[in-house]
Amino acid sequence: MNEWLYVALFMIVGAIIPIGAILAGAILSPKKPNPIKQSTYECGIEPVGDAWVQFKVQYYIFALVFLVFDVEAVFLFPWAVKLGQLGLYAVVEGIIFISILVVGLLYAWRKGMLEWS
Amino acid sequence: MTPEKIIFLIVAGATLVSALMVVTTRNIVHAAFWLIAALFGVAAIFAILNAGFIAVVQVVVYIGAIAILFIFAVMLTRKDLRDTSAQQNRNWQAGALIAALTFGGLAALFQSWEKLSVAAPAIPSSFDAVAELGSQLTSPSAYVLPFEVASVLLLAAMIGAVYIAFTRK
Amino acid sequence: MDFLNDPLKVTAEWLEGIFGAWGMNAAFAHVLVVFLGVLLLLVLLMVVDIFLVWMERKVVSRFQDRIGPNRVGPYGLIQPFADIIKLVIKEDITPNGADRALYNLAPILSMMAVLMVWAVVPIAPVILGTDLNVGVLFLIAAGAIGTLSIIMAGWGSNNKFALIGGFRQVAVMVAFEVPMLTMLLIPTIFAGSMNMNAMIQAQDKIWYFVISPLGALIFLIAVIAELGRAPFDLAEGESELVAGFNTEYSGMKFGMFYAGELLHAMTFGGIWAILFFGGYRFFGLEQVSPFLAAAIFLAKALIGYWIIMWVKYTMVRIRIDQMLAFNWIFLTPLSFVLLMVTALMNALLRGTPSWVYGIGMFFSNVILAWLALEIARSVSRKEREKIEGAKPLAEAHH
Repeated sequence: MNEWLYVALFMIVGAIIPIGAILAGAILSPKKPNPIKQSTYECGIEPVGDAWVQFKVQYYIFALVFLVFDVEAVFLFPWAVKLGQLGLYAVVEGIIFISILVVGLLYAWRKGMLEWS
Repeated sequence: MTPEKIIFLIVAGATLVSALMVVTTRNIVHAAFWLIAALFGVAAIFAILNAGFIAVVQVVVYIGAIAILFIFAVMLTRKDLRDTSAQQNRNWQAGALIAALTFGGLAALFQSWEKLSVAAPAIPSSFDAVAELGSQLTSPSAYVLPFEVASVLLLAAMIGAVYIAFTRK
Repeated sequence: MDFLNDPLKVTAEWLEGIFGAWGMNAAFAHVLVVFLGVLLLLVLLMVVDIFLVWMERKVVSRFQDRIGPNRVGPYGLIQPFADIIKLVIKEDITPNGADRALYNLAPILSMMAVLMVWAVVPIAPVILGTDLNVGVLFLIAAGAIGTLSIIMAGWGSNNKFALIGGFRQVAVMVAFEVPMLTMLLIPTIFAGSMNMNAMIQAQDKIWYFVISPLGALIFLIAVIAELGRAPFDLAEGESELVAGFNTEYSGMKFGMFYAGELLHAMTFGGIWAILFFGGYRFFGLEQVSPFLAAAIFLAKALIGYWIIMWVKYTMVRIRIDQMLAFNWIFLTPLSFVLLMVTALMNALLRGTPSWVYGIGMFFSNVILAWLALEIARSVSRKEREKIEGAKPLAEAHH
């Protein structure tokens, strides 16, 4: 049997448990909504404006740098699995691969893009 | 119909519905989440095909990183998150015709291709796809150059992103 | 086959026999039995989770020189059940303007992301969900779903605190995922496999903590940041962001976030034990019985969880700029250098006797940690002097 069926079952049961708990809460809890109770929480003061706020460009940069390193790690996992059976040349290949990306990290740092200013 | 086929049809159907919702929903954040659902469906199809590594990579890279990037970009760029303009332009009939013809043509082509109905050989239980990938990626006679070039490509992507964000500041 | 030696397989075969006698299709019976097994495991985990609430409260009160819950039942053991009853009968409020679909989906996904990790966690040699050959990467995939749930909660609540808290948390999670991924590569290099059970089997001679102490430490730091616990819990900096992404949640939906966080911490305590402390291995004791092995694993997971709590209740919260700078400028480069050094030393020392290998790996880690701290110290001293101006020598000595 495909081993991913086990994973699928874990996901299904893992969703059923919280759904069950929330449904139990929905059945047992009182429901007495009123406009003040349902208003957005803003420290007891009436909410001002939209919840939408302008975000810093840094979030985008962090996500992009992360994406680059995520893809890098994906490439490195097969390399790491096989490393024990390969010679020194494979280690050097991996080191070159990582070093090229560290240059990018250094560039982003020198440009001040990794700082939360 | 085998159980595997039924599971495949369910997953494929869910993926297609999610993909359709991406282009039809008017809320851009919802579109991003429907896109995530579609990408997850693709990961599930990889898992059904026993391509476990690709399935996990699909989730890690597309859902864990690219989807997050999309959502951050949405929050960064658009103030009005609801699209109110018309969803179709006057060329939609021509577009539908071309899409239907392409689909029909491809379906006809694949029907006449006898390899489509050949059952894939069973994977030997000793076969470790990840280890095989590792030796191919590091072997000088195979893909070591693409492996290193991928790193340069990622470097270029990072420098480009930093440059764009830097000049905008 | 004996029940005590392989309980899962014996029970499964017994149940499949019963279902088969009822005239059920063999494949369907197998799936049903697996489903029941998964249900049993996850329900047991939820029971453990309930006691984690008690444990966390007891431990924090000891750290803060209090006694903690001690009124409901012996040592307050029944307290978490009272908490659950309270959560269940609390009114569930959905704020105005909330994006209902995302708002309701977020707590479910949050819990699911934690529970699905247990599909690849080997609790004992024969008690495990499945032996995926991409085990460690699966952890990151499950973490991606957890990250999504935080964005959903933050966005769906239509609340400024929730949105900002959620986005900060996600920025921190993706930032610290880089050293985490890199540190997952180190046990992969040692074991030659991404399979968690194979990693435990490969730690028969030596725990990976001994040959990669710095790796274990960086992994722990990254885990604490992933969990959003102090000192990295700025998403819920209550003086500025109330409770972060779950500000608007109440009742059982909040309960799911809360229970998910505690179980997540214990799960990662267990994964830390698997990757660096031999998992269910303890000087051959795991061979005696799978139940003993499971007990050893649970004990190690709880010790890991205790260390995470220890850090949480000892450290103060740091600011988001400090935290992201710490990750991108210090932890990420350090983890890359450590990965390169580990790969190189592992290749160079491969043929040597195991004691030379162990000492060589250990000291390469220690030297690297010392160098990194020295560089960080000199850089920060220069920064400080730039800001404050050079101090007179006499004053600098104090």
